Amino acid sequence: MSGITFENVTVAYGRTVVLDALDLTVRPGEVMALLGPSGSGKTTALRAVAGFVQPASGRVLIGDRDVTALPPHRRGVGMVVQQYALFPHMRVDANVAFGLKARKAPRAGIAARVAEALEMTGMTAYARRYPRELSGGQQQRVAIARALAVRPDVLLLDEPLSALDARLRSGMLAELARLHRELPDVSMLYVTHDQVEALTLADRVAVMDSARLQDCGTPHDLYRRPRSEFTASFVGDANLLPVTVTEGGADFAGTRLDVPPAGDVAPGASATLCVRPHLLALGAGPNTLRGTLTELQWRGATHRLCVDVAGHRVKADVRELREAPPLGAEVALHFAGEDAVLLPTGVARG
Amino acid sequence: MLVHSRPARWAVWAAFAAVFLPVFALPFLVIVAASFATGWSGALPSGATLAHYRDAARGDALDALVTSLLTALAASASALAVGTWSALAVQALRTRARRLGRAVDTLFMLPVAVPSVVVGLSLLVAFSRPPLLLNGTPTIVVLAHAVLVTAFAHQSVTAALSRLDPVYEQAAASLGASPAHVLRRVKLPLLLPSLSAAAGLCFALSMGELSATMMLYPPDWLPLPVTVFAATDRGSLFSGAALAVVLMGATLIVLTAVSRIRTRASYR
Ligand SMILES: Nc1ncnc2c1ncn2[C@@H]1O[C@H](COP(=O)(O)OP(=O)(O)OP(=O)(O)O)[C@@H](O)[C@H]1O
Ligand SMILES: [Mg+2]
Repeated sequence: MSGITFENVTVAYGRTVVLDALDLTVRPGEVMALLGPSGSGKTTALRAVAGFVQPASGRVLIGDRDVTALPPHRRGVGMVVQQYALFPHMRVDANVAFGLKARKAPRAGIAARVAEALEMTGMTAYARRYPRELSGGQQQRVAIARALAVRPDVLLLDEPLSALDARLRSGMLAELARLHRELPDVSMLYVTHDQVEALTLADRVAVMDSARLQDCGTPHDLYRRPRSEFTASFVGDANLLPVTVTEGGADFAGTRLDVPPAGDVAPGASATLCVRPHLLALGAGPNTLRGTLTELQWRGATHRLCVDVAGHRVKADVRELREAPPLGAEVALHFAGEDAVLLPTGVARG
Repeated sequence: MLVHSRPARWAVWAAFAAVFLPVFALPFLVIVAASFATGWSGALPSGATLAHYRDAARGDALDALVTSLLTALAASASALAVGTWSALAVQALRTRARRLGRAVDTLFMLPVAVPSVVVGLSLLVAFSRPPLLLNGTPTIVVLAHAVLVTAFAHQSVTAALSRLDPVYEQAAASLGASPAHVLRRVKLPLLLPSLSAAAGLCFALSMGELSATMMLYPPDWLPLPVTVFAATDRGSLFSGAALAVVLMGATLIVLTAVSRIRTRASYR
């Protein structure tokens, strides 16, 4: 049972730094999601663990073993990638047995381990097929079975579900969660740019942007108490309002808002107030924003309102309205102070 | 086909036939006809006989066919081995020593760029003295063929390697497979279609090689093209034609067999 540790890992291609001094620990048995927009360096971080890129500086540890200088085949990690990468010239069972044979596992045990891995992923019936005879979802299951058959301590998954359609994806997501319950000792590093996957599956989420780790915490923390504008807007939907911090609150376009103070922003400074759209309610209340309704979308269970408040677009998701106000109407929105978070104003938003 | 209307398609076929038939097909047909003939009547061969084939199937002619097959087999096998190895080496060098890799690539281009007569001559000069005395042995013919065709093997394997998606090797390595295991179980099997295509190409080129062979062949190692040349040179056009047909047929049979392997391999 071992986790993964990045110690100050920097990766550069030529002069471009694509991973900047990453410090991150995946605890033994934990599922860590690496979430971030395209090009933020997630795959690079994963490949540094697998051994396919060499860090310019820093160390990668698996358990307490420094693997930075080890070739990929000595690292003992399982890896599942978006394109499945099943060996097209081998049947499913040979694919799953590949790692065991490569590691010279005793012949007698191989068949049992293959059967076990196929069973776990529900692919027993397809053992004698070639990969091209399988659907995308089935191929991905085989890829997972292949990675699990060698019983790695660490499983690296690089957007394993992004080649699948939405329904299959949610099914596979549930399966991955089940697999993790069955294998509580395996640490997983799960790269994705899909926040739903990250929030559903992960014990903790690391948010990356432009080669840097922005934030790391439990999904709940990141959602409720984001620490940066980037996290707030990337994990879930957010209203980010420019405010001036006052004693015991904030001032937004002349409206005093009663919100909990933040440690790193002093009174008088400008900051960003983050309020989730679904935490805004219609009508006047403790913290009220008044403006003109500019957009109204019916989304089944909810209505999405866009209100122009002193030139800022404020989004609110409210339970479906019996009688929606007409566009152009003056509306009031309010929110509970403890539902809002004051953030330091981002220098550059990713 | 990009052409959809029926008349247009006919026109394309007609143009194709007008170019293809005289340039490619007719000479072969004439050779085949001549191989059964005893004389010319006007523009066409006439008379019908199997005598030329009877002659081709025994004695010196048969020896020449066997010689050609053995030479081509040895040359293409060693060319494939060397070409594959060098292509793999260049690929490995690409990350570490790009310059050296490019130098090796250029080196393997040389036999294509240099006329084969020159290749023959250079081998003759290089191996005419002890301790490397190969002149007058079958080895020098095989060597010349190997040098000439290795370039093609190297190039086709290089092209195939660059098309091979690295995810397979990486998946194999992450599963704990050593580089040698990856090569044997993953890379080479995935390259098999290209390897067999390269082997076929090398074999065919070697079967037809004449100019370097002419400079090097010892009296006891006469490949078929040399015999064809000798026959036509002394005016036995019809037996030369029969030998040429035998040469074509033997090459085609081997190529077909090799492409069988290829379709089987790529079907998997
Ligand atoms: N082999 C390479 N050579 C040069 N630059 C590279 C190479 N591989 C990746 N990069 C660059 O590194 C940066 C990070 O790439 P990476 O693949 O880690 O992004 P990612 O977060 O996984 O993105 P995505 O979500 O699109 O997969 C990108 O800007 C990319 O252009
Ligand atoms: Mg990626």
